[in-house]
Amino acid sequence: MKELRLMKGNEAIAEAAIRAGADAYFGYPITPQSEVIEYLMAEKPHERTGMVVLQAESEVAAINMVYGAAACGKRVMTSSSSPGISLKQEGLSYIAGAELPCLILNVVRGGPGLGTIQPSQSDYFQATKGGGHGDYRLLVLAPASVQEMYDFVKLAFDLAFKYRNPVMILSDGVIGQMMEKVEIGEQYARLTNEQIDELYPWATTGKKTGQDRRIITSLELDPGRQEKHNLKLQAKYKKMQEEEVRYESLNCEDAEYLLVAFGSSARICQKAMDLGRAQGLKIGLLRPITLYPFPSEVLNDLASKVKGILTVEMNAGQMVEDVRLAVCGKVKVEHYGRFGGMIPSPTEVLQALEQKIIGG
Amino acid sequence: MEQNFDLPEIHTPENLVYTKTKVLTDNVMHYCPGCGHGTTHRLVAEVIDEMGIQGQVIGVAPVGCSVLAYNYFDIDMQEAAHGRAPAVATGIKRVFPDKFVFTYQGDGDLAAIGTGETIHACNRGENITILFINNGIYGMTGGQMAPTTLPGMPTSTSPYGRDVKMMGNPLKITELVAMLPGTYFVTRQAVHTPALVRKAKKAIRMAFENQKLNRGVSFVEIVSNCNSGWKLPPVQAIKWLEENMLPFYPLGDIKVNGEMVSK
Amino acid sequence: MAKVKGDVVIDIERCKGCEICNTACPNQVLSMSTQVNSKGYRFAIKVNADCIGCANCAIVCPDGVITVYKTKV
Repeated sequence: MKELRLMKGNEAIAEAAIRAGADAYFGYPITPQSEVIEYLMAEKPHERTGMVVLQAESEVAAINMVYGAAACGKRVMTSSSSPGISLKQEGLSYIAGAELPCLILNVVRGGPGLGTIQPSQSDYFQATKGGGHGDYRLLVLAPASVQEMYDFVKLAFDLAFKYRNPVMILSDGVIGQMMEKVEIGEQYARLTNEQIDELYPWATTGKKTGQDRRIITSLELDPGRQEKHNLKLQAKYKKMQEEEVRYESLNCEDAEYLLVAFGSSARICQKAMDLGRAQGLKIGLLRPITLYPFPSEVLNDLASKVKGILTVEMNAGQMVEDVRLAVCGKVKVEHYGRFGGMIPSPTEVLQALEQKIIGG
Repeated sequence: MEQNFDLPEIHTPENLVYTKTKVLTDNVMHYCPGCGHGTTHRLVAEVIDEMGIQGQVIGVAPVGCSVLAYNYFDIDMQEAAHGRAPAVATGIKRVFPDKFVFTYQGDGDLAAIGTGETIHACNRGENITILFINNGIYGMTGGQMAPTTLPGMPTSTSPYGRDVKMMGNPLKITELVAMLPGTYFVTRQAVHTPALVRKAKKAIRMAFENQKLNRGVSFVEIVSNCNSGWKLPPVQAIKWLEENMLPFYPLGDIKVNGEMVSK
Repeated sequence: MAKVKGDVVIDIERCKGCEICNTACPNQVLSMSTQVNSKGYRFAIKVNADCIGCANCAIVCPDGVITVYKTKV
């Protein structure tokens, strides 16, 4: 018998973290994601699984607590929303440079600056192009439902450890706050310290007699060796591009017009597609699930088959750049966006498609 | 040719009084001649050696002159971003409560950019050891003004001396953290004479032993010299330290076993 | 009373010539060489036979270059 619960996206993330066998969560409150730490504190995961939950003094401190615990081979996460994620960028760059696995949740709100507490997707560039200083990438997963908020936690931890790389779940205020039915998965055991020693020989768990000490650092002053380290990172990102691209395609087989959208925008586009199909318009939807690595190949293939592509994002046009790069000018690509916390309606999307692509 | 005073016949293991601990690697330290970092590194390594905890200790290096501290300690170590070592140490200690966790930080790292992390780790009473090397200047970047630079003291960013009206006052962060309920042991030491080295080592030993008690932060400040930043030869720098730094940063225990030491 | 005899062994290649050991020695055993090591530093040398193996020089040496021996004669 499957366990079903009605949950907020933020609560689903928190429950999923406990169930995925996470060792620690370090966070700082910010709207619209404070339910993550509130749920965790109320659940007393230290009693359920031994998981540590700590409210830090800042987002900066929280991400550095993640660094310290991740370097011990533990499954660690933090969560925040856009302004707080900006504060974490320093730590993320160090974590990526030191090749540490961890999970970061961004429940995106509108910006720039303090912006608004309403939903947005305007952190796409920050999430997918690195975010902090230096040449690095996060692996970015974009959930479109509360169920995916839940499911992507375990997936994110597994990918983070597979690649020794930070993984971001790029959500938004819609998915974080809305309630949906969630199928709760099994409880995975936290790894024992002995298992960590066996699985992650790089982790700083205390020097073992007769073995070399472990050093976790992103510093390498010799330019030759720093370049080599960077090449190693790039090779890792290439492997992600080859092995980890995830997307969902709906009605793409016979599509003449293609909508491309991620997260909650994809939910809206799905309705717009249904409205259009009811009017006889052959509309398909491609929903990137991994925003990095981006599903460029499938988009390039689809570009040969459709008459035009419209990206729909709750931002001023960010993912559209990656779509244009992917289709190499084969077909017209336009963007429709609402921002500052405004959410496009399915009718608006359909109108935009008709104006910018079908009639344009 | 200098005269030979060697007594090789007494160089036997039973006559050995002192040699470099094996918890220090054989890497030659990058520190300037006479720098207190080297001495402090040695004391930390000797304490780890004598406590027999080489396999249970995780150190956190800062950004500053001691950024490469992990090259010299033969233990597992992490390199933190500038000022963030107490947060990193918190992360480690929370997932490994039975390990010995310490940070090693300079004055810019701990008392300027990392003030927030320092105060809050101390206030939460994290069961860690914080080693704070105060030489009143930014050494690695070339001798700029630090939060602990003395009034009137010239640095490359206070070339006419620290004007406290314009640049603010030096921060006695050690006295400050001693006021927080989360600190268990707070002391100020120095390492430029044999007697002070012996005292400092006892303090560092206590700061590590305290982690067995789980009573909060043990915080050891080492007032040290920056010969290059101060633009003085080592022996003169030590004299300057005694005449200028120590009156402002007096040595001694400030808080022991969770109780303020009355002066 | 037994007389104490000490000796120090200085790793001259690691010595940076800071002279702090010179000032720490109670018997003025140590001074600086006129030669330099491969890094260009003058290094600590023994200039008399009065070492008592107190280890003061070694414990103030920032680079841990001094090993100390002591015996009763």
